[in-house]
Amino acid sequence: MNKLKSQFLAGPYLVWIIGFIILPLAMILYYSFFNEDGSFTLENIATITDPVNLKAMGLSLELGVACTVICLLLAYPLAMILNNLQIKNQSFVVFIFMLPMWMNFMLRILAWKLLLNKNGVLNTLLMGIGLEPVTILNTPAAVVFGMVYDYLPFMILPIYNSMARIKKDYIEAAHDLGANSITTFFKVIVPLTVSGIISGIVMVFVPALTSFAVSELLGGGKVLLIGNIIEESFMQGMQWNVGSGLSFVLMVFVMISMAITNAFDKDGEGGTAVW
Amino acid sequence: MVGNKSVGAKATNILSKAYMGLIFLFLYLPIFVLIILSFNDSKTRVEWGGFTLKWYVECFTSETIMSAFATTLQITLISAVVSTIIGTMAAMGISKMRRNSRTFYLGATNIPLLNADIVTGISMMLLFVKFMDLGFVTVLIAHITFSIPYVILNVLPKLKAANQSTYEAALDLGASPLYAFYKVTWPEIRSGVFSGFLMAVTMSLDDFSITYFTKGAGVNTLSTMLYTELRKGIKPELYALSTILFFTVLILLLAVNYHPTKKTTAKVERV
Repeated sequence: MNKLKSQFLAGPYLVWIIGFIILPLAMILYYSFFNEDGSFTLENIATITDPVNLKAMGLSLELGVACTVICLLLAYPLAMILNNLQIKNQSFVVFIFMLPMWMNFMLRILAWKLLLNKNGVLNTLLMGIGLEPVTILNTPAAVVFGMVYDYLPFMILPIYNSMARIKKDYIEAAHDLGANSITTFFKVIVPLTVSGIISGIVMVFVPALTSFAVSELLGGGKVLLIGNIIEESFMQGMQWNVGSGLSFVLMVFVMISMAITNAFDKDGEGGTAVW
Repeated sequence: MVGNKSVGAKATNILSKAYMGLIFLFLYLPIFVLIILSFNDSKTRVEWGGFTLKWYVECFTSETIMSAFATTLQITLISAVVSTIIGTMAAMGISKMRRNSRTFYLGATNIPLLNADIVTGISMMLLFVKFMDLGFVTVLIAHITFSIPYVILNVLPKLKAANQSTYEAALDLGASPLYAFYKVTWPEIRSGVFSGFLMAVTMSLDDFSITYFTKGAGVNTLSTMLYTELRKGIKPELYALSTILFFTVLILLLAVNYHPTKKTTAKVERV
C-alpha cells in the first residue's frame, strides 16, 4: 500500500516525460515522415543523399572521429600521470584540469578564436620570432582544434575516474608475476579503464558529430557540417520537414555509434548504460 | 642497476611534468590571453596599449550583456530548483517501482542525456510552436527537461544505498510520512540532491544548442548572446565578461569542492 503511494511521487515526472520528452520526439518523427499536406513520404529522409548534405555528413563524421581520437590520445597519458602523482595536493591538480569544463562553452570558443585570428596571438607570436603567419581560422583544422579544446576535459574526467578505481594491488600483482610495465599497461591498466574510455568517447564524439556552433564560429561559414545544414533549414530556410528528416538521420547515427561503443564495454558499467 | 633505475624514473618524472605542462598551457593559454586582453587599452589590436578598466565599465553598462546575464540567472536558478524537486520526487518513486515501470522511467531519463543537443532542441521547438510563442517560458521548460535526469541519476544511488526499513520503522512508530521523510530519508539522500542541484546549475549555465532553438526572438541567455555577438566579431567587453565569469566559476567551485566540512568532492561523472 505504502509502496504504491510512494510511486505517485514520480507522477509529475511522468507528465514531464510524456509532454516534453516523448511528444517532442513524436513531432520530429511526424515532420520527418509526413509532408505539409499530411501524406506519408520518405523524401525528407532521402535528402541526406543530396551531394551537399552527404558531403556535410561525411565531414561531420571525419571531424568527429578526428576530434575523438586526438582527445583520447591527449587525455589517456594525462589521466595516467594525474593518477600517479605522488603529491599532497593531487585532488587540486586534478581540479585544475577539470576547471575549463565549467567555463561557458561559448567563452572557450571565443578564447580559441582570439588565438587563431589572422591578427591574433598565434600569428603575432610567430611573426615575433620571424616565422610566416599561418591561416588556421576558417579551415576544418580550426574546427577540430576548437572541438578538442572544448571537449578534452570530458575525455580526461571519466578516464581519470576509472583509473583512480584500479587497486594498486593489481598492478603490484602483475609485476610480482613477472609482467613488465608494458605488459602491465596493456593487460591490466587498459582493460580496467575500458568503461572510462567508452564514456569519454561518447561524451566527446556525440557533441562533436552534431555540433554547429563551433564550425560556424571557427569555420567562418566555410566548414559546413550536418549540424549547420540542419540549423539553417530551421532558422533560415523554414524547411522544417527537410530539417526534421536530417535530424532523424543524425539521431540514427548517434544511436549506431552508441551501439558500437557499447559493444566494446564488456562489463557494462560504462557511461551510456547508467544502470 | 639501482642507479640506472632511478635515472629512468627521473626521466619519466620529468617527461610527465613536461606533458602536464603542455596540456595545462593548451587549456589555459587562451584563458590567460583573454584575461590579459580584458585590461588592454586598445580596441582591436592584440598589442598592449596600457592598463584600463574601461571594458569592465562597458560590460556592466551594456544593455545586451546585462539583460542576457539576468535571463541566465533566472533560468538557471528556477530550472535548477524545479528540476531538483521533480527529480528527487521521481527518484523516490522510481526506487519503489517494479522492474518494468522502472525500466520505462530510466529509459526515458536516458533520452535527453544521450540524444544530440541539436535534436533535443529542435524536437522541443517543433512542439512548443504548436501551443505558444517561443520565449522565456519555453527556454525554462527545456532547461528543466534536460536537468531532471542529472538530478535523478544523483539521487537514485543514494536511495539504493539507504536502508529501506528505517523509513518504514519510523512510520510504524507513528511518524507521519513527511516527518519520517525529513528525519530518516532526507539525511541519507541530502548529498545526492545537492550534487544533482549543482549538476543542474552547471548544465543550464553551459547549454547553448537547446536554448538556441527554444528561445525565439528577443530572449537571450549568455550563451546565445555570445553566439550572436561572436558571429559579428569580437568585442573587448566580452573579454571582461569572460574574466568575471572565469573567476566566479573558480571561486564557486573552490568553495564547493574544498568546503571545510565536506569530506568528498562533488565531482560526478556526467553521462
